[in-house]
Amino acid sequence: MTAQGLDEVFGALADPTRRAILARLASGDANVGELTAPFRMSQPAISRHLKVLERAGLISRRRRATARLSHLEAEPLREAAAWLVGYREYWEESYERLDALLSTLDRREASASTSRSRPGTSAKPKRKGVPDGQDQSHR
Amino acid sequence: MGKTRVTAEPGVPFIETEREFDAPRDLLFRAFTDPELLVQWMGPRKYVMEIDRYELRDGGTWRYVHRDADGNEFGFHGVFHGTPSPDGMVQTFEFEPVPGHVALDELRFEERGGRTIVRTHSVYQSVADRDAMVESGMEGGMDEGYERLEELVDRLAPVRA
Repeated sequence: MTAQGLDEVFGALADPTRRAILARLASGDANVGELTAPFRMSQPAISRHLKVLERAGLISRRRRATARLSHLEAEPLREAAAWLVGYREYWEESYERLDALLSTLDRREASASTSRSRPGTSAKPKRKGVPDGQDQSHR
Repeated sequence: MGKTRVTAEPGVPFIETEREFDAPRDLLFRAFTDPELLVQWMGPRKYVMEIDRYELRDGGTWRYVHRDADGNEFGFHGVFHGTPSPDGMVQTFEFEPVPGHVALDELRFEERGGRTIVRTHSVYQSVADRDAMVESGMEGGMDEGYERLEELVDRLAPVRA
């Protein structure tokens, strides 16, 4: 997707009503009346939101009999999602490792907390009486 | 599924992240600033992290390297601005393969009932710089499936509902 296309997708997603419309369309096509029902908004207002979504390629619209149905186009959304997913996964994986580290630190602190004077300010934690021998201070 | 929230609004060169941890703030600050602890969690598991220098003070510099199993190295470095504290820290960030493209990172630690919310706010020199940074971290992201579409829409949301 081009940067401009991405901007349009993100711009279209930057609105809670439009996200709710997409979430509704994820469970099936709908006409404008059905899409308006959950909101305290007029049908023309919802139609304007649909136009923005259509321009961004996030939905397509087609006529069936007299109704005009909106259909979710998942691909641009998937591409836009993938754009941030890698970045997010980088941090989520790091933070999951941090979760695990914090829980071991918590246990160590609990078992060695007799006379800690200034918690959190020391760049080199003093491992008072912690016998697990995993000191790697000089790597 | 993950709990890290990433926000990148269109048209502005920022990325924000937010993540809650089940630990007090002082411990979080230590995990973010003690080189011995940092190497144990920073970055995906496939990299070994080595810290060259980490001068935790106003004007101090830092540099670390991520090394993968094939011996490829990715270096990062920057400078601390202001005295880092559990209230927050500000530092520059530069990915060495693209010198001259420097981001300004701010970290905040907020404690709530024994839990801590870590927020980061990164400012890039341009939207293009930010997007390049995001794209460089994109590998592996494409296999995300369709099935959690609703969750995706929610998570993507550049503005919170």
